[in-house]
Amino acid sequence: MLGVALLVFREVLEAALIVTIVAAATRGVVGRARFIGGGIGLGIVGAIVVALFAGAIEEAVGGSGQELFNACVLLAAVLMIGWHVIWMSSHGRELAQQMQSVGHAVKAGSSSLAMLLAVVALAVLREGSEIVLFLYGMAAGGAGRADLLLGVPLGIAGGSLVGFALYFGLLRIPLRHFFTATNWMLVLLAAGLASTAARFLIQANWLPAWDNQVWNTSALLDNGSVVGQALHILVGYEARPAGMQIAFWLATATLLMLGMRWIARGQVAQRAAPTATPQATA
Amino acid sequence: MLNRICLCLLLTATTAAWAADLPEFQLTIKGQKFEPAQLTVPANTKFKLRVINTDNTPSEFESSEFNREKIVLPNSTVTVFVGPLDKGSYKFFDDFHHDTGKGVLVVE
Repeated sequence: MLGVALLVFREVLEAALIVTIVAAATRGVVGRARFIGGGIGLGIVGAIVVALFAGAIEEAVGGSGQELFNACVLLAAVLMIGWHVIWMSSHGRELAQQMQSVGHAVKAGSSSLAMLLAVVALAVLREGSEIVLFLYGMAAGGAGRADLLLGVPLGIAGGSLVGFALYFGLLRIPLRHFFTATNWMLVLLAAGLASTAARFLIQANWLPAWDNQVWNTSALLDNGSVVGQALHILVGYEARPAGMQIAFWLATATLLMLGMRWIARGQVAQRAAPTATPQATA
Repeated sequence: MLNRICLCLLLTATTAAWAADLPEFQLTIKGQKFEPAQLTVPANTKFKLRVINTDNTPSEFESSEFNREKIVLPNSTVTVFVGPLDKGSYKFFDDFHHDTGKGVLVVE
């Protein structure tokens, strides 16, 4: 029972942390609950489909289908988070101001929301498909019904609880810093997902590793531990990263930071333009 | 798009060429245990590891020490590229069967 609960907990935890960051980043947005709920629902359906076709996916690309599929899912999530983060850097201030003045309801760009729905769906799909395969194995391997009936809900509850705790922790951030904070969390999340994508591509021999183990901090914090695993999702922590993973992490973080700054600067210039003197614009 | 597909094909072709020269090692999952439970491989060499699952249940071959993770469906074989690794011993496990699925990669 504990084994079942533990595996389910770990997989749910990973998805829950991503869903939590998305939920926080869309605080105050109209229809957010429907979007996130829809994302989770789509993800669960997707997880079952992926688990059913796991064999076909693996065979599709010469025995590296699983790695390629994972890398694609992760990189798609990175792109969508990137889109949202850059969109937020131009609308975040308005969003915070509107929330302070009108209370809650804020209408956000629906394209940006759809992106985040997809991020939630992809996170649930990736972790969920592992749970489905694991549970199938457990059931086929003759695990007791009680193990599954107790272990699964326990694992789901545990993982979700950590997500909720993080969410309510984040809500304590003052509103004027709130979206800056969630935007940074999204940047770190995206960088970490990109680094994991690189790991899959190295594993499939599609990318060189550029040194398999640039450093080793596993004595300090192992990726096998729950904290190490949570940090792996939140900021891309890797106890023994390959050089290529570090490159992916840095490239993603840098690109998103530059994109945010570039857009934000454009916004300031636009706002300043009507009142600016000729000297100031020269 | 077409360019990208070409690039992908080229990449696959080149990686396939590299892969052909790599040494191969094998692990079998039987009764939710690894055989052999201790596998010796050369240091500073990239190699191809085939993991064969002879059970009727899925497994997940995983190692946080050499950073690999791959689901192995029932009665099927997967390939994982590992290394080059420094000398030492690196644990691996079956994430779906922690109690029984344990092993160690000895790199020397």
